Amino acid sequence: MSVQAEAIAPRRKLGRTATKFLSNRSAVFGGVLVAAFILLALFAPLLAGYDPFATSFTSIRKPPSAEFWLGTDELGRDIYTRMLYGSRASLMAGVVSVAIAVAVGVPFGLLAGFYGGWVDAAVSRVTEALLAIPFLILAIALAAFLGPSLTNAMIAIGLSATPIFVRLTRGQTLAVKTEDYVEGARAIGLPNVLIIIRYIFPNVLPPIVVQATITIATAIIAEASLSFLGLGQQPPNPSWGSMLNTAKNFMTQAPWMSIFPGGAIFLVVLGFNLLGDGLRDALDPRDN
Amino acid sequence: MLKIIARRVFVAIPTLVLVTLIVFGLQKILPGDPLLTMAGEERDPQVLAFLREKYRLDDPFHVQYLAWLGNVLTGDFGNSLRTGVPVSTLIAQKLPVTLQLAVMAIVMAMLIGIPAGIIAAVRKGTVTDYAANAVALSGMSIPNFWLGIILIMIVSVQWRLLPASGYVPLTEDPLQSLRTMLMPSFVLGTALAAYLMRHTRSAMLGVLTSDYIRTARAKGLLPKTVILKHALRNALMPIVTLSTLLFGELLAGAVLTEQVFTIPGFGKLIVDAVFTRDYAVVQGVVLCTAVGFIFMNLIADVLYILINPRLRHPQ
Repeated sequence: MSVQAEAIAPRRKLGRTATKFLSNRSAVFGGVLVAAFILLALFAPLLAGYDPFATSFTSIRKPPSAEFWLGTDELGRDIYTRMLYGSRASLMAGVVSVAIAVAVGVPFGLLAGFYGGWVDAAVSRVTEALLAIPFLILAIALAAFLGPSLTNAMIAIGLSATPIFVRLTRGQTLAVKTEDYVEGARAIGLPNVLIIIRYIFPNVLPPIVVQATITIATAIIAEASLSFLGLGQQPPNPSWGSMLNTAKNFMTQAPWMSIFPGGAIFLVVLGFNLLGDGLRDALDPRDN
Repeated sequence: MLKIIARRVFVAIPTLVLVTLIVFGLQKILPGDPLLTMAGEERDPQVLAFLREKYRLDDPFHVQYLAWLGNVLTGDFGNSLRTGVPVSTLIAQKLPVTLQLAVMAIVMAMLIGIPAGIIAAVRKGTVTDYAANAVALSGMSIPNFWLGIILIMIVSVQWRLLPASGYVPLTEDPLQSLRTMLMPSFVLGTALAAYLMRHTRSAMLGVLTSDYIRTARAKGLLPKTVILKHALRNALMPIVTLSTLLFGELLAGAVLTEQVFTIPGFGKLIVDAVFTRDYAVVQGVVLCTAVGFIFMNLIADVLYILINPRLRHPQ
C-alpha cells in the first residue's frame, strides 16, 4: 500500500510542477537563456570564426564590424571567439563550484538535522562561523592561499558556498524528521542510514535544487569577480571576468571590450536567477 | 529584555572563537609558505631560521594560535609582511573610506529599494509591479564591477559630470568627497536595493492581507495612513534584519567597487595584500570583516527585540 502510494504521488506531483513551471513565462525565458549559453559553450569551436589565442598586430582594438562581430582586443584577438570559449570557464565555474558546495554541504546538513545533539551543535557552530565571513571575502582569501587559477577559484567559491547548503539542508531535515513516514520507517526498524537516504533526502531535495540554481548565478558572478581581480582564470585563457580585467584599461579607447563580456555575464546570471525563481514558485507546495 | 539580549551576546562568543580559529588555521592548512616570500629571492637559511623563531613557526599549532589570539585581543594583528606597518594601523586608515562608501550605498539602497517595494506590493499584479520586479532582478544579476565600468564610460568620459576615480576625505572637502563617492555608492547600492525591494514587497504583501489592515481600512483611514503607519511598521522587521545581514554583501561588493573606482579602502587593501602575499594583512582584514558581521547580526537581533514587543519576554 504505502509503496504504491509513494511510487504514484511523486510522479503526479512532478507533472503538476512541470505544468506550473511552463506556465510561468519569465521562468521559461530564464531556462531558454541558460540553455542557449550551454549550447554556445558546447559548440564553441564550431561557432567561432577565429583561434581564441591567435594575436594579430594588424587588427588591434578594432571596433565591431562584419569581419569581427564584437570587435577585437588589445592583442588583436577576436572578442566574439574569446567570449565563446570564455563561456566554458564561466558555466563550468558555476556548476562545478555549486557541485562542490552541495556534495560537502548536504551530507553535513543531513547529519546535523537528523542526529541533533552534539553533532548538530558542532556542525551549526562551524557553519555560523563560516557564514560570518562574507562569501566573496572568504573566496578571495581562499583563492589567495591556494594560488590563482580557475580550478582553485572553483574550489574557493565552492567551499565558501558550502555553509549555505549545510544550513538549508539542516533546517529542512529538522522539519521532515518528524513526519509520519519517517516515524514509520523507524518503527519497522530501518537503519538510520537508510532512513536518511530513502526518506529524508528525497524530501529535502526540492529547496536544495532551487538554492543550487540561484547559487550557480552567484558562483558565476564570483568567478567573474575573482578573474576580474586576477585570482581566477589566468591569461591567455579567456574568461568573461579576465576579459573585463584587461578591458578596464581600455575603457575610453575600446569600450566594446568591456560592454560585451559584461553583458554576457549579466544575461547568463539573469537566466539562472529567473530559472531559480521559477523553480521556487513551481515547487512551492503552498500554492497547490 | 536585558536577559535575552545578554543571552544573544553569549551565544555569539563560540562563533567568534571559531572564526578566529578558521582565520588563523587557513594559512596553516593551505599550501604556500609565507616565509619563502618574506625571505626574498636568496632564501638565506639564516634569515629563514630567524623568521621561524620570530613568528614561532616551530611551536605546536595551539601554542601559535594562543599567542596570536592573545595579540589580537590586545589589538595587535601583527605587522604587514611587506612594509612592516602594523596591520591595525592599515585597517584604521582604510576603514573610514570603506565605511563612507558603505553608508552612502546603504542609504541609497534604502531610498530606492523600500519605496519601490511598497509601491510594487500595493499595486500587486499591475504593470508597475512587474516592471519593479524586472528591474530588481536585473539589479541582482548585473556584476557591479561591470556596471561601474559602464557608468564611468558614460558619466565621466562622455558627459564629464562626475570624477571617474579617487577619494577625497569627508573632512577635507565634504562636497567633493560626496561627488567622488556618488557613483561608487550607486553601483554598490543597486544590488542591495534589489534585495531590499524584493523583501519589502513580500513583507508588505504578507502584512496587507492581515485583519488589522482590513480594520484600519474599514474605519475609514486614509490609504496613505494605512500603508505607511499600519502596514509598513509591521513589515519593517524583516527589512531591518535584512539590512544588517546585507552588511556582508556590502563589504564583498566594496572590494570590487573600490577596485573599479580606485578607492583606497578596505577592499583595495585586501586585494593588494593578496597579490603581494601579505598574509598578515589578509588575516587581519578577514578577521575584522567577520567580527563586524557578527556584531551586525547582534544588532539585528537586538533591533528585532526592540521593534517586536512580543519577543521581549522569554517563554
